Amino acid sequence: MNTTALIIMLTVQITVAALAFYFFYRVLHANSKNKKDNDNDLSL
Amino acid sequence: MSTNKEAWGSRIGLILAMAGSAVGFGNFLRFPVQAIQNGGGAFIIPYLVCFLLLGIPLLFIEWSTGRFGGKHNVHSTPFILDSLKQGRQWKYAGVFGIFSNLVINAYYCYIESWTLSYMYFSLGGTFTGLDQSQVAEFFTNYLSLNFSTTGLPYESIIFFLICLVLNVWILSKGLRGGIEKVAKLGVPLLIIFGIFLAIKGIMIKQGHNGAVSDGIAGLDFLWTPHFDSLKNPKVWLAAAGQIFFTLSVGMGCVQCYASYIDKNDDVALNAMSAGWLNEFVEIVLGASVIIPISIGFLGVDKVIELTHTGGFGLGFRTMPYLFQQWGHVMSAIAGFSFFGLLFIAGITSSLSMGTPVMGFFQDEFNWSRKRSAITFGIIVLMLALPTILFFDKGVFDEYDYWAGTVALVVFALLETVMFSWYFGLKKGWHEITYAADIKVPNIYKFIIKYITPVILIFIFIGALLRPVNDDWTNFKNGWQLHKESILGKIMHKGIGQNNTYFSNEFYAEHDGEVDSIYIYHNQNFIRTSHFNNNEKKYITYQYNDKNKLTVNIGDKVKVGDVLYTGKIINNLFYVDMSRLLLLLIFTGVLVMIHLAYKKNNKKRSY
Repeated sequence: MNTTALIIMLTVQITVAALAFYFFYRVLHANSKNKKDNDNDLSL
Repeated sequence: MSTNKEAWGSRIGLILAMAGSAVGFGNFLRFPVQAIQNGGGAFIIPYLVCFLLLGIPLLFIEWSTGRFGGKHNVHSTPFILDSLKQGRQWKYAGVFGIFSNLVINAYYCYIESWTLSYMYFSLGGTFTGLDQSQVAEFFTNYLSLNFSTTGLPYESIIFFLICLVLNVWILSKGLRGGIEKVAKLGVPLLIIFGIFLAIKGIMIKQGHNGAVSDGIAGLDFLWTPHFDSLKNPKVWLAAAGQIFFTLSVGMGCVQCYASYIDKNDDVALNAMSAGWLNEFVEIVLGASVIIPISIGFLGVDKVIELTHTGGFGLGFRTMPYLFQQWGHVMSAIAGFSFFGLLFIAGITSSLSMGTPVMGFFQDEFNWSRKRSAITFGIIVLMLALPTILFFDKGVFDEYDYWAGTVALVVFALLETVMFSWYFGLKKGWHEITYAADIKVPNIYKFIIKYITPVILIFIFIGALLRPVNDDWTNFKNGWQLHKESILGKIMHKGIGQNNTYFSNEFYAEHDGEVDSIYIYHNQNFIRTSHFNNNEKKYITYQYNDKNKLTVNIGDKVKVGDVLYTGKIINNLFYVDMSRLLLLLIFTGVLVMIHLAYKKNNKKRSY
């Protein structure tokens, strides 16, 4: 595979995947923190 | 006034539902083709720039205005806009949030039903033994309605009805009991299917199972950058368009979903999480499925030719044949995974399109969830029938163009201007950052107020005045409009010789030679052939038993020559009738908004 194409593909895909997982992790983390704050609260 | 007590069950459910709404057919079928046609790896530069300057701001605007409306117990676009600046006429701009969802759903549900039926055909081995042209022809026949693999008449309509009933049933279960459950199951499954197909595609080896090149050559082809393309405005407009359509913004779906969150919940992190999850599915998975597999088995030249008709042709006319190369069992699994992935992407989007309409009925007319869902289903069915019955007459394209493209851009522009300039960015910024779980960079104040509206204006002008061949530099010979430009559409630039509603003669649209006259599945066809750049091209014309042919095989025909005579209804009639129908729906929704406003105005909490 062409080196330039490979570098662009890997850089873009890894960055996008990392950001997607990072924000999703932040949601999970914030969600579990909220749950601890109020176990009975079913709102978001 | 409203007794609408809908709510999300969990934040993860909301994020997955919102991501599912954004992830649609375009992630897998449109994005890779756009990338190939607009600079390969270089396309990602305008694409990501547009995501940061257009996509994220629109997500922030729609999430925050949705929560603001929900705080005042309104869950449909017209009255979410009304809650921002009550007493003004902005609520009427919200017509797009009802109109677009009704019309888009009418044809989107139909595409969804193709994926459902193709899952069934893949598992049942329907494509086994068919060559590439037969698989392509299968799709054409499937859409012609007279065709059946199961013995049931009107098979494609039956699959459509199954899809529609499924949508209505899930919508009637509400957010927590219906949509959220589908998203929690569907989105992870879609990602698993996507990863499986991407691995299968990349693992294709030249010479194995008839592959003409390695699957990795597909990635090479897609990601090799052509930096010169960045000078072409067409590439930037294509990137902006792709970002716009991939995020499901400009439709009222995001606002409606967000209106059901608590007034003290975050919107900034939610918007980023759902947005980037969509980008992951598009850039990582969407780019790694159809192109590597099709290039692996067909080679680069053939794929370039096939992508001229867009990703849908590649997806439905070609992929089932390619999966056959993996053997009987694996082709069934791959076909089921691919069309299953598209089905999940489709249904999570169509459900999100139903929600604003449901919210409107529940809020403004106090209808129950079940009654709202059934009414929504009936309207969608009524609107879908013309697209299904007259699919090849251009009705489907008209719906997609006016409701699925133009209306989205217009509404996004209106909501951005309203948010930044009328609601006011000071209050708007407070709404975006209130209870935020992340820090939103201050630069977005400037971007939302100035950059995003300007980009949207450029997109609109680009669509309005799009030139022939997308050549934006050709001023010398006068401005020639593209047949797909808004003005070109209004002026019927795409209509050729048969430019009256009714006629007694049907004329040839291209020069060529009549090379066959045949009957296929009870339908009559004349086919002409001609050469274009040394390549043989075919044009097929359909006629009915009552028409009288005026040509024979071997005859040379020129543009405007009569091919057959009889009582003929030209496509122009169907095109204009569908536009009239869309106009009636648009006006009808406006009237309903007005009536709802009059009925409930004094009871509103804002």
